[in-house]
This record gives sequence, C-alpha cells and structure tokens, in this order.
Amino acid sequence: MQTKANFAKDRLLRDLLLAVALILVALSVFFILRATRDEGETVVVTVNGETVAEYPLSQSGEYSINGGTNILKIEGGEAYILDADCPDLLCVRSGKISLEGDRVVCLPNRVMIEIRGADQ
Amino acid sequence: MKMSSSRVKRLATLAVLVSVGMVLSYVEAILPIPVAVPGVKLGLANISTLFALYALGSPAALLVSLLRVSLSALLFGNTVGFLYSLSGALMSLAFMMIFKRLPIFSPVGVSIVGGVMHNAGQIIAAALIMRTAAIAAYLPPLIISGTLAGILVGFASGLLLARVGKYIK
Repeated sequence: MQTKANFAKDRLLRDLLLAVALILVALSVFFILRATRDEGETVVVTVNGETVAEYPLSQSGEYSINGGTNILKIEGGEAYILDADCPDLLCVRSGKISLEGDRVVCLPNRVMIEIRGADQ
Repeated sequence: MKMSSSRVKRLATLAVLVSVGMVLSYVEAILPIPVAVPGVKLGLANISTLFALYALGSPAALLVSLLRVSLSALLFGNTVGFLYSLSGALMSLAFMMIFKRLPIFSPVGVSIVGGVMHNAGQIIAAALIMRTAAIAAYLPPLIISGTLAGILVGFASGLLLARVGKYIK
C-alpha cells in the first residue's frame, strides 16, 4: 500500500517533470520559430522612429548612422553594429542579425536597425 | 445563527483574499523586472487565488480572481490592461481548477500550470487585439517565465496553506 508521504513525493516528482517538460517545449518552439524564419533582404535603419536609410543585405559595406553615433556594418549577408558612442554598448554586444524581423536597438541614441524581407 | 456566522466568516475571508491579491498586484506593478519581454512577471497575486482554490474551493477562487482583477484595473489600470489581465486570469484559473481535481500534481504543479496558462491567455488576447500571430515569438520566454513564477507562487501558497489554511475552513 502506498503511504501518504510516498504519494506526496510522487506528486512533487511529477511537478518537477512538468517544469522540465514545459522548458523543453519552450526551447523547441523557440528553435522551430527560428528555423522557419526567412533570410532577410534589406537592413532598415530608423532613428527616433523614422526610417532614415535602407541597405541591401547582399552588399557589404560600412555606414555611419545618426551623424556618427553608431557604425553599421554589413558583411556576408549579416548586419551588426560595429561601434557606438553610448556607454553600455548593448547594440554592439547584440551581435549579428540576418533573419526577417531581427533587430538591434540602441536606446541611448534612439537608433534601431531591423531586417526586412523581400515582400515588406 | 451558526449558519449566518459561518457566512460572515466566509465573506470576511474572501474580502481579505481579494485585498491581499490587490496589494500583491500593486507591489508587483512597482517592482522592476530586468527582462525585456512584455508580460514577464512574478504573478504574486496568484498566491491569493491559489490559496482560495485550495482552502475554499473553485467558486471562491473564481470570485477572488475576478474581483481582484476588476478592482485593480479600476484603481491602477486601463481598459486594455484589464482585457489582458482578465483573459490571463480566467485561462489560468480554468486550468488550475481542472488540474486541482486530477490526482497528478501538488499545489506547486497546479501553480505552474496556472502560471503558464496565464501567459498563454495573455498572448491569445494580444494576438486578437493586435490581429497578428507574430506575438507567438514571445511564447518561449513566457512559457519559461510562467513556469518559474508558478514554482515560486506554488511554494509560497503551499507555505501559506500549511500555516494559515487550518484557520480558514
């Protein structure tokens, strides 16, 4: 016969399994969403919410944004912020983006770069 | 006479639980959370709902949850926020009621189900209000945050039930 303590232990074990299962589901959804997203076509630069420039992802280059506060670099189909004058450099540390909908934001300078697809 | 005094006690208990839930909502609203995903929160107010569910049953939990969400929206919120809170709270409570009846999980597991379903309900509401399915991108971080918040709320409610629960019934 199952004791009450055993019963409680079983339930806690199943609680743990539930938590682990949910985290696995979250990770799979994350990777599925990532895998089904398309490669982008253009890099759109916005400052203060207004679009100031668009560059094709296929063409490598280095661009100065917002009067030089941020340097955008496009190379090998990926875009990233090479350098910025803000203290936290979060935009530089955000790394390279290439998929539709990816974005890098620099809050102090109100600069955002975003990848768009062909149809947008 | 006895009947009426137990009803008064029940009314007072429900009122306390609604108030505690509102205070927890408020505390949570002024608590900064260092995560850049909208919707990530601790869900402390769910402690009062979960306590009501285990100590007083499903109808009481529904009442506590609905009153807390409506009164918090009236006092500190806005219409859109109310819709998100309401869909999250109802979805969360519906699933917690079901899983509480099934002999599968302890209150911690039930609370995890509630935390994740709360976030799922909010995502569904957001997808309907903004008419876009792109919100699904927030699902992974919200499932994880819902799970972690659920564990915390579950243990907190478990402690509360063990210490205070016996004085309620």
